[in-house]
Amino acid sequence: MNIDSQTDEFHHLQTAHCENGVTTALLRYHGLDFMTEPLAFGMGSGLFYIQIPFLTVNNGPAISFRTMPGAIFKRTCKSLGVEVTRKKFSNPADAEAFLDQKVREGVPVGCQVGVFHLTYFPKEYRFHFNAHNLIVFGEEDGRYQISDPVMEDVTSLSKEELSRVRFAQGPLAPKGHIYFPEKIKPITQDMIRKGIVSGIRRNVRDMLSIPGNFAGVNGIRHTSNHVRKWRDKLGLRKASLYLGQIVRMQEEIGTGGGGFRFLYGAFLEEAAAYLQDDRVSNISEDFTKAGDMWRASAIKMAGVYKGRLTEQKDFEEIADMMLDIRLVEKEAFQKLSSLKLGK
Amino acid sequence: MKKQDLPQDPGALDKFTREVCYVKNDEGKYETALSKGWDVKKQALDSAWQEVNERVEEARKAVANGEKSPVYYFMELRLMDLPVLSGYTGIFPFFIKRHFKPSVFKGLSERKLEKYARAFDITVSELKNFKG
Repeated sequence: MNIDSQTDEFHHLQTAHCENGVTTALLRYHGLDFMTEPLAFGMGSGLFYIQIPFLTVNNGPAISFRTMPGAIFKRTCKSLGVEVTRKKFSNPADAEAFLDQKVREGVPVGCQVGVFHLTYFPKEYRFHFNAHNLIVFGEEDGRYQISDPVMEDVTSLSKEELSRVRFAQGPLAPKGHIYFPEKIKPITQDMIRKGIVSGIRRNVRDMLSIPGNFAGVNGIRHTSNHVRKWRDKLGLRKASLYLGQIVRMQEEIGTGGGGFRFLYGAFLEEAAAYLQDDRVSNISEDFTKAGDMWRASAIKMAGVYKGRLTEQKDFEEIADMMLDIRLVEKEAFQKLSSLKLGK
Repeated sequence: MKKQDLPQDPGALDKFTREVCYVKNDEGKYETALSKGWDVKKQALDSAWQEVNERVEEARKAVANGEKSPVYYFMELRLMDLPVLSGYTGIFPFFIKRHFKPSVFKGLSERKLEKYARAFDITVSELKNFKG
């Protein structure tokens, strides 16, 4: 993690994932210096898998390797007893007035934005994706100072530009969503440990016992079954686009690589130090393995969309790789569950 | 993933930023490292754009042949679908679908055309006069 000092108070922080980054940077600004990206991710039970039924995104399957947007900030703050303010607006003028007031008070705030009109993003990345997060930490020459966690440096946006992305439309429309920690009490080591334990337990529950077959570790099997049928059902061209979509959800900027699995491994490593429990750091290795396996499957999928692999047996192999990953992740979470942390 | 295995293949992010990845160092501990990109995902992004460009080209032909209205073309050009365009214009998807028909498009009120033009970031005359 790179820490560059930008103003006297607020420090820009580059992280793998935007919501982790906003959560970490805002909590650090409020004096929680121990906060790191993996810790925020783990306390917020960020790891997940879901293929949302009947929904397509950018003409491909709607797959996510992480929990729903907004959950990480909410859960991490809650488990540390941090009071937060969250607001949405129906009117852009109200949203801007509220933001301006916070800027005048000198409070850095998190904003949810859409990336399609986000001017500083490279064009290749500007799809209609509405769950990006950034921090507004000041105003200079009539432009907002922006700390975008996926960027190495800070940037700025004009009032019109920011208002436009805060009121992006479509699925997960941000509606001017603004959020920030309000009141923070002193945090003890014991509270951190409790937050870690409840984060792990919630993640175990989400991955192992969520009802339905399209989410949690079973969701991986669900997608695997689909992959087997895609070539016949959709034709090679569309099937390879679908595989490309999986790879993008898994490896694109914001995931830390391996569909967030490396990030979770890093969290368990930190958790082991807090809990002084070597068993937890051993399980961290399982997630490293899962991340490596996801990356191996991505290489195989790339063979398909590059047009090098075209046979049904290649799709079968990819589907089998996903089943293997499911087993590794299932076992890892079962091990975490059997540790009976916090009991 | 070991730190030395982290790919550094320049891609679309090249002049924008490098991205943080979590990797294992020599002592087997996690740390962060910056990556320029990875060919595997660059190709995934490239093939997604190739698909977009083909859809736009098909839409352009459909307008040129008089099968679809310019609303359809600009929706594809701006990577939108019905729910997204409906969000930006406030027009229900059912009506947007009707506006894809050239015959219906011809009779659209100035107010509706303005809503579309604003959503597409173009002027009303650009929208009206697009011939494919």
